[in-house]
Amino acid sequence: MTYINGIASISPQHSFGNNPLDGIVSSLSRKFECIEPDYSPWIDPRAIRRMSKIIRTGVAAAALALKEAGIEKPDAIVTGTGLGCITDTTQFLTRLIQNKEEALNPTPFIQSTHNTVASQIALLLQCFGYNQTYSQRGFSFENALHDAMMLLEEKSAQNVLIGGIDEVTDVTVKIFDRFGFSKAVHGEGAAFFVLSDAPMNAWAEIAGMRTIYKPKESTQVTSQLKDLLEAAETRMEDIDLILLGSDDDQTRNSIINKMNVPFSPPTYSFKELCGEYSTASSFALWLGVMAIKKGFFPNRPQPEQVKKVLIYNPYFNQHHSLILLKAC
Amino acid sequence: MESRVHVVGLGVISAIGKTVDETLTSFENHRHGLGPLSLFDSVHRQLPVGEVKISNTQLANELAIKGSFNRTTLLGIYAARHALNSVKLSLPWRRGILSGTTVGGMDRSEKFFSQYVAGADADFSLVKDHECGSVTERIAEDLGATDHISTINTACSSSVNSIIYASRLIKQGYLDVAIAGGVDSLTKFTLNGFNSLMILDKELCKPFDADRNGLNLGEGAGFLVLVSDQVLRDEALNSLCTISGYGNTNDAFHQTASSEDGRGSFLAMESALRSSRLKPSQIDYINLHGTGTKNNDSSEGVAVQRLFGDIVPLASSTKSFTGHTLGASGGIEAVFSVMSLVHGCVFPNLRFQSKMAEVNFSPIREFKNALNVRHVMSNSFGFGGNCSSIIFSR
Amino acid sequence: MSELKVKIIDALNLKHLKPEDIGDDQPLFVHGLGLDSIDALELIVLLQQNYNIKITDPQEGPKIFKSVKTMAEYIRSHQPA
Repeated sequence: MTYINGIASISPQHSFGNNPLDGIVSSLSRKFECIEPDYSPWIDPRAIRRMSKIIRTGVAAAALALKEAGIEKPDAIVTGTGLGCITDTTQFLTRLIQNKEEALNPTPFIQSTHNTVASQIALLLQCFGYNQTYSQRGFSFENALHDAMMLLEEKSAQNVLIGGIDEVTDVTVKIFDRFGFSKAVHGEGAAFFVLSDAPMNAWAEIAGMRTIYKPKESTQVTSQLKDLLEAAETRMEDIDLILLGSDDDQTRNSIINKMNVPFSPPTYSFKELCGEYSTASSFALWLGVMAIKKGFFPNRPQPEQVKKVLIYNPYFNQHHSLILLKAC
Repeated sequence: MESRVHVVGLGVISAIGKTVDETLTSFENHRHGLGPLSLFDSVHRQLPVGEVKISNTQLANELAIKGSFNRTTLLGIYAARHALNSVKLSLPWRRGILSGTTVGGMDRSEKFFSQYVAGADADFSLVKDHECGSVTERIAEDLGATDHISTINTACSSSVNSIIYASRLIKQGYLDVAIAGGVDSLTKFTLNGFNSLMILDKELCKPFDADRNGLNLGEGAGFLVLVSDQVLRDEALNSLCTISGYGNTNDAFHQTASSEDGRGSFLAMESALRSSRLKPSQIDYINLHGTGTKNNDSSEGVAVQRLFGDIVPLASSTKSFTGHTLGASGGIEAVFSVMSLVHGCVFPNLRFQSKMAEVNFSPIREFKNALNVRHVMSNSFGFGGNCSSIIFSR
Repeated sequence: MSELKVKIIDALNLKHLKPEDIGDDQPLFVHGLGLDSIDALELIVLLQQNYNIKITDPQEGPKIFKSVKTMAEYIRSHQPA
């Protein structure tokens, strides 16, 4: 059993604070940036001075998730990020080129490694436990989630802090556009969770996850979905809400229709709220737990009770992930 | 019952050879691979580096690869193919690849940036496989190992962490065959990055020496083929050794520096010993992380001394041969560790002359074989305090 | 020295400080301002970028960067003509 005991999100929405998602924010441009909090409750000014956005948002979201779970120090910290600390990487590269390799500031180089967020969290918490960072494009967060679930299964940890983090920059927008994704709104965010082997105050549990890499046919996805539901003793008609990582009707229909259900569960395209990025499924997980917790739902007819949520994210049709959430 | 994890295949490419046999010969002859930079132009060309002595064109030709790939991908495919080709698998097992890398496709991305920053019409195809995860996907597709693909980036401990994660997947029954290790190529980005930290030695590095002055950067790839008990049995494979223990911890001291008492390193090694149920006295050889920097070697040395007490096993840093291959170091040194077990040998720590004041032991200076090597420990410690240690047993 | 303090604040991104918050003799590292080894490297870069002074041995850092005053003295005596 994998219980979600604490959640937090910093995203292009008002996703932190007392009334999360109160007033939906729409993207005004191709670059959908986070609404950032005042970091002073969690990060010392001497520490924050070096932190680029991905690090600030990651550290703060981690602190918020731990606070909600009532945990001071997790047994393990596992993060997933697609592009890592891309702002620092491009800053160091740019200076390298402009200064012709002379008199280069070391700080952006030091902060550019993908594991910076996980290590900063460990440093601030003085957490010596298992510490891991995955960077597997559209499966970066799913890798982190799978590792965490295994740690709990192995009984190597009782509480694991996991997170999905990515940041958007002008350069990343240009690059993704060139590779054919010019219709997408490029987003960013940090979503963190405390996963535990005991429910404590959990609102939801992760009932299963499946990933399908470059499926040749949609039947490969539906077969994994059937497998996921069966293993979790759930029927498709029991799903109260589908969070879909696509606003494409064809994608939605290809998975729903093939399940032969008498009606289709309400679906919501979560990327309207967070934009497209490698670890957007982490935002979807946060949103799914929020739906279960608050029973609410932005801009759509509200289901009376949300007990089972299916997240399906077909990231650029290469990385398909399915996550099933159940209310505790 | 949990399966054991068997190493059945190896593949390595570095400054000291493109095969396991070439590598062994280099060790026997004390022939390091450090020398002047030739891969790209740089104002720092005087700094010694451990280049793989093959161009991208030659790599692609040898691999008969169509399409244009970055150097990291080519090196990775080279070593991973060698590893997998040495193992005969006939049944449809679940196969995955777990790779550690820090630079990804940076060798081409930095070329793109030169054009981009100059306002020229930049060639966007150069960044097609920039992401760490993309490199691993190219390797996975080449090997037909796409049932599980993971890329780990925990700085210099990346590929040990990949091997550890692969072991856990096999033990828990999620995977049958794993190609695990890592790859990194030399880039202007990392050369300048480490230079800005002032931890590069202008001469050939001297790991664990009292007068050491820093590290030399290297590149390469090292992969192991790991299988479960069932695969070993059903395919009648030969187990070279097993992965008997491991530890992944965080030093939580500073973003780049290791703690003076080496607490992260100590905890990682101790955790590896505990999970292997071995006593410190049973370790026959330690492949040290030993980068040659004042900070790492002191911190690691203190931790080793504390853990092993008066009887420190034979130990050496093979980075004195290959340079520091960053994310690939754990994978490359895992291959060296298995070689040590299989051939009953230990590798010298080149250019060591005087013992560090903080410790009572010195690394070995000579290649030795005809030894009874049963348990080898390999350490990898990275920026961000990521400390990992792994034990191979025969 | 006030100009140097501005440069230090800028180079080390000490946004929460003003030049008058840094004493001329105040220790910059360990105690006092509590800067670390990364800041020491950044100060080395500051010397090179702003004063054309190249420090090749980072071990010299603790002496030179003890305080703003020692830094200013070093710059005065080492700045190329």
